[in-house]
Amino acid sequence: MNEQKHNLAQISNAQPSGTRNLSLDELRARASALNGKRFWRSLEELADTPEHRAFLENEFPYDPANEPQELERRDVLKWMAASAALAGLSGCTKMPEQKIVPYVTPPEEIIPGRPLFYATSLTQDGIASGVLVESHMGRPTKVEGNPQHPASLGATDFKTQAAILGLYDPDRSQTIIREGHISSWGAFVNTVNDLRTTFGTNKGDGLRILTGTITSPTVAAQIQDLLKQFPSARWHQWNSCSRDNAREGAKLALGQYANTVYRFDRADVILSLDSNFLYEGPGAVRYARDFAARRDPQGSQPMNRLYVIEQSATTTGAMADHRLAVRATDVESIARAIAGSGQPPQAANVPKGWVEALVRDLQSHRGRSIVIAGDAQPPVVHAIAHAINAALGNIGSTVIYTDPVEANPESQLDSLRQLCADIAAGRVHTLFLLGVNPVYDAPADLDFTSKLLSVDFRAHLGLYEDETAELCHWHIPMAHELESWGDARGYDGTAGIIQPLIAPLYDGRTAHEILGALAGQPDKSPHDFVGDFWRGKHAGADFDAFWQKSLHDGVIVDTAFQPRQIGGAKTSPPPSANSQRGDLEIVFRPDPTIGDGSLANNGWLQELPKPITRLAWDNTAQMSPATAARLQLASKDYVRISLNGSYVQAPVFVVPGHADNSVTLHLGYGRKRAGRVGSNIGFDANLVRASSAPDIAFGAQISKLSSGYALAAMQLQQSISGDPDSQDLESENAFLRNAVRVGTVDEYRKDPKFAQEMAEPPPRELSLYPGVAYSGYSWGMAIDLNKCVGCNACVVACQSENNISVVGKEEVMRGRIMHWIRMDTYFRGGIEDPETYFEPVPCMHCENAPCEGVCPVGATVHSPEGLNEMIYNRCVGTRYCSNNCPYKVRRFNFRLYADFTTPSLEPMRNPNVSVRSRGVMEKCSYCVQRIQAAKIDSEREDRFVRDGEIQTACQQACPAQAIVFGDINNKENRVAKWKADPRNYTLLSELNTRPRTTYLARLRNPNPEMPGEKAAPEAHGG
Amino acid sequence: MSQVFHRSTNTIARLSIYGALFLIAGGVYVLYVFAGSPYVTDANEAKDQPVPFSHRHHAAELGIDCRYCHTSVESSSDAGMPATRTCMTCHSQIWVGSPMLEPVRSSYREDKSLQWSRVNAVPDFVYFNHSIHIAKGVGCTTCHGPMGEMPLTWRANSLLMGWCLDCHRSPEDYVRPRDQVFNVNYQPPSNQHDMGRILVRDYKIKSLTNCTTCHR
Repeated sequence: MNEQKHNLAQISNAQPSGTRNLSLDELRARASALNGKRFWRSLEELADTPEHRAFLENEFPYDPANEPQELERRDVLKWMAASAALAGLSGCTKMPEQKIVPYVTPPEEIIPGRPLFYATSLTQDGIASGVLVESHMGRPTKVEGNPQHPASLGATDFKTQAAILGLYDPDRSQTIIREGHISSWGAFVNTVNDLRTTFGTNKGDGLRILTGTITSPTVAAQIQDLLKQFPSARWHQWNSCSRDNAREGAKLALGQYANTVYRFDRADVILSLDSNFLYEGPGAVRYARDFAARRDPQGSQPMNRLYVIEQSATTTGAMADHRLAVRATDVESIARAIAGSGQPPQAANVPKGWVEALVRDLQSHRGRSIVIAGDAQPPVVHAIAHAINAALGNIGSTVIYTDPVEANPESQLDSLRQLCADIAAGRVHTLFLLGVNPVYDAPADLDFTSKLLSVDFRAHLGLYEDETAELCHWHIPMAHELESWGDARGYDGTAGIIQPLIAPLYDGRTAHEILGALAGQPDKSPHDFVGDFWRGKHAGADFDAFWQKSLHDGVIVDTAFQPRQIGGAKTSPPPSANSQRGDLEIVFRPDPTIGDGSLANNGWLQELPKPITRLAWDNTAQMSPATAARLQLASKDYVRISLNGSYVQAPVFVVPGHADNSVTLHLGYGRKRAGRVGSNIGFDANLVRASSAPDIAFGAQISKLSSGYALAAMQLQQSISGDPDSQDLESENAFLRNAVRVGTVDEYRKDPKFAQEMAEPPPRELSLYPGVAYSGYSWGMAIDLNKCVGCNACVVACQSENNISVVGKEEVMRGRIMHWIRMDTYFRGGIEDPETYFEPVPCMHCENAPCEGVCPVGATVHSPEGLNEMIYNRCVGTRYCSNNCPYKVRRFNFRLYADFTTPSLEPMRNPNVSVRSRGVMEKCSYCVQRIQAAKIDSEREDRFVRDGEIQTACQQACPAQAIVFGDINNKENRVAKWKADPRNYTLLSELNTRPRTTYLARLRNPNPEMPGEKAAPEAHGG
Repeated sequence: MSQVFHRSTNTIARLSIYGALFLIAGGVYVLYVFAGSPYVTDANEAKDQPVPFSHRHHAAELGIDCRYCHTSVESSSDAGMPATRTCMTCHSQIWVGSPMLEPVRSSYREDKSLQWSRVNAVPDFVYFNHSIHIAKGVGCTTCHGPMGEMPLTWRANSLLMGWCLDCHRSPEDYVRPRDQVFNVNYQPPSNQHDMGRILVRDYKIKSLTNCTTCHR
């Protein structure tokens, strides 16, 4: 997170803008010339722009604006001489004096050098996921999934992985502030006590509490107690990307609020109505695992089939066997057609017979299918989905209703509206905002800022001194979830205790304490609030055992909600307001990485390439190629979008597979007070978001302001290429075609080895070097592309485990992103609705590694166990290895990316991995620190490392279980079995690099009855 | 025309050319030796400590086992430094008035850690693990030197990589039976090499010299 001042304009000029070189028709022609056989990675590649060429020919394109200065030859010699002299001297330095500071009284269980793992829960939008947090002598360093928690089963998503950076974020609010001055908790309690005196007489009239979605049973009970004390007080909830639509949809269909739990492990046919269920929302990690478990062609159950009807290109859409890109507005009419309305769907691009074939497939899988609606869809679509599920007999088998997970399910938009109306009417005198930031994220038409300013007493509890904190009389720093006691429910109602891994770094407080102070218990600790609540639920002599077990396991036994029988889903709810409109729609969605903006200051999430678009550090106005052409726009154009009487200025990004006549705006950017990472980047889509249409809006005017906006689009970078000097398209095609290998289930049944037959690897003997016999352990990895859902959890898990630096937008644009594993994204077919394929690429650990031979100092060498080792302390930074790596998996520290100076980041790092300094190459090590730890433990016990004992960070995090690692010499190991699978193939096998990382080919499971299916391209043509 | 230079200048020229080469080579050699010398590595230098703790007295004369204080040496990468309370288990009973032990007592009283000067240290990019060395029959004194003879503690070896590799390349010359690992007075037998080979076989000791054994 170095502050580096560079001239952005120069960079953007150095990169000619993308698709403008070719017209839409030409792009279409190019795509169709590929016969749907070749894969492409971006519209820029399809257009073969100079920008794309530059990245192909040079991993790190020459960037004169970034070079220090023109160096004279003599200066070079001087510098060399001086460097040599200094290098010699540095060999004679003495080691610095160090102190050893042992405990006075050693705490129980802590053994210096061995981490402990504690079970706790982390929430997203109030919904909990169970985690185990690694703690090194009292400092949490890494988050892993909790195998005992149903929402996790040992896996995590990328946001959960990034929570550790959230804890140590140096920009977190650190002191209690009263009207701009530092104050104290005691002073706050005194103020609250004064308020209580007033409330005692007026029953809490004018007292309002605004929270996010609350699933915590303890917080809910505290609020209920408070409302009993002060009956005139009110509780409001607000979350800008809330699940209002799902809640209201359930109420519309079932007559009551209900939570829906999907059992994808039991579903043969799945229809997503604009739902990105594999990526976001409650239970996404569990759903990805259940879904992926049914993508095994050799599994005991048949492979599932996924239909996705969606508006923007998402990871769930990429996994679809049949995908339809339609406007979000049009999903409703298609859903009605599927439900049997008899009306043809409104969208023009639904192929004839598509819906009919889908309906037949669903009907032939009664009780074994799922229809799931997306959170941006209006309640009506959710209600239709419930009705279809009921008609298919899915309720109770694949679709399970339970009590709502939220303590107080309600329409949060109505709740916020009510609050605003009450403030306007002068009925609110005291407002407590707990963990929310409505000044930033409330819809613009509510004008929350001026409403807030008219409240007499405003107190804010938050992790950051954010936009809302600035306008409040009191700001109390909130304790991070890793610092606090609490509890929360998971997607299925399972409650887990949140226990602190570390004492609050900045004397942060929890909602328990604020509510406690309001209720007259200012001195009661959060631990006691939570403990007392559960004591009430589990009275009896064995409470201590129950409490210890709950803490240890991370889940409280028997708290998952029981299935409820709710019948009578209404079949045809009235159409939603705008369902008939045919003009350009604007769709508001949470950003794919930073969500609603509350995570905006997390550098790991900002730098994480967003799925499909592979953009980092920005939000964009996304649209389809055809819509861009109609609006005469191209990627990187800067436009003004006027809507609802306001406007935003946004860069355009053209996304293949996006629905036509539709523009997606991502929320979460344009923060003013997020911190040093998240402030003043991107645009704030909330400014044009109205409470009347928070998800889908109409009537936008889009006008172009300029072109050449600088976007950090990773899709062009670090790409595997053919011979760049050869203009022979065939040679390049040969490479690209085989990077991802795809077939259909039918093709697999006919010829299981189809993927291996796509390329002919040279014979093993064809090497100048003698072969090496790997007799002991032989570490290897296999990645099943059929399971990988492209969720990016591996990327952030790797970043956390291996102390990988954040480099910033400018450096990302220069191709210098440091991630050790990247999510390559390939498209195939037409630019309107291409098939999308993900391929996570870590270091291949080639047995014939091209990088090793060219290192002049032996800084990258091979271990007897087949690891391609990177030795930082030997590396002198020639970058020859990176030049010679055909997979482009090596990363170079061009600058001092690692932050050695910010004190709060020091305890975050994994103590078992070196922090790399400037001028050093780095890359995936197969988590060698975990290998060594497991080997040492096994040798001490005089045994071999067991299968599964070593999990790489990416493997452990993977929700889809798509990565397996282990000793390939033991044929009983899972990784050896995967490598024996006929789908197993190696990337660029033509090069005879003999990678230890291999892939299992992706299989599609298309419905043969679908229109156009027979004409679909043969998967392994070429 | 007579020669400008006398014939002897040839010899002088040769001498000065070779001499310069020797000088440079010698200089490099001196630097190399210097870099490994105790002056740079701090070997054989007893550091100032808050309490002049004597390993000779505690470990050799009193016979307290290494593991009484260094509790995690068999289970963790870190050997573990004793907490003040470990000192106080004895010193709350004996030498309770000794002024030398006042820092220990005040540490315990005020709940403030003692700050020892680190004697044996490897750079941050080296990941040494005590437990596996103990398990494979590498004695404490093999690396830490004759602890039983140290009234104050000093680094007995350079701890340079070359020194590590001496043992990693030929462990049979250094390992000892497991029951002798914590013996501070252990002397290797005359048949070390032959015994070592048997131990290497029995303890499944591998000669690990690849980089990620220690560097990651």
